[in-house]
Amino acid sequence: MKLNWFKYASPATFYPLAGKLIPWFALSAAGLTLAGLYLSFFVAPTDFQQGESYRIIFIHVPAAWMSMFIYIVMAGWAAAGLIFNTRLSSMMANALAPTGALFTFIALWTGALWGKPTWGAWWVWDARLTSELILLFLYLGFLALHAAIDDTRRADRASALLALVGVANVPIIYFSVKWWNTLHQGASVSMTMAPKMAATMLLGMLVMALACWMYSIAAALVRVRCIILEREQQAEWLAKLTQEPA
Amino acid sequence: MIWKSLDDFIAMGGYGFYVWGSYLVTATLITTEILMLRMRRRAVEKARRMQALLSEQVTHETTP
Repeated sequence: MKLNWFKYASPATFYPLAGKLIPWFALSAAGLTLAGLYLSFFVAPTDFQQGESYRIIFIHVPAAWMSMFIYIVMAGWAAAGLIFNTRLSSMMANALAPTGALFTFIALWTGALWGKPTWGAWWVWDARLTSELILLFLYLGFLALHAAIDDTRRADRASALLALVGVANVPIIYFSVKWWNTLHQGASVSMTMAPKMAATMLLGMLVMALACWMYSIAAALVRVRCIILEREQQAEWLAKLTQEPA
Repeated sequence: MIWKSLDDFIAMGGYGFYVWGSYLVTATLITTEILMLRMRRRAVEKARRMQALLSEQVTHETTP
């Protein structure tokens, strides 16, 4: 049996598949958010050091994780677009960027609101905070560069290059708390060490992170379908699609 | 139960402004993204309908 790896790399075959997947991701996102909020506010105990202010962690950490992870996936799609010249890859990179920028902003915003009561400052030019701010600018730069070039395929290639150069920033964010002496606390969850927080706190954070994952996938799929329609408006397959609504 | 009353819940042990400031802004931003996606989707669908209508008219006019 010959497997065609590029079957779903064509927008025409991916479009209906994405349409079928969206409701499932959206529903899981809603369900997990409700469960995560319940755990965050009614199950997780009060922190002995920070009191109730620590409850910001349940959005701050998942949003920060998403901001880095979406960037890596976006750069991966951008690279695939450069290497294989597949249109869908570049579309996926473009569909992920706004959601990635959103999570980066949320991570910075909630970080400021958490920093004020715990450190006494909304913002400090510390390695972790600064590199996360650079991540926001990378997302915005990617979107601005793409929007500035009229020829879509050329815009795809130019912004893909920017996305790939920017990948270097992600490990800097992640390891910043180890490499430099920062005000920001160390990693909340480590693969090698036992968790430093109560099990219910950790569970709440993980459920919220999973909800953010599901939301991001749903939002990216909705956006990529819009991009497919916008870009391929003239294509023949679309005419067929309108005759039998998927 | 962690909270004694609704007021206690809203106060968040004195950190209400910071906790709710985080959660409300996040909820607002995500709702905005969902609404923007819906608007974008509707705009594309409208453009497609207009185009279909236009091409129908063109073929009608050019057919003898």
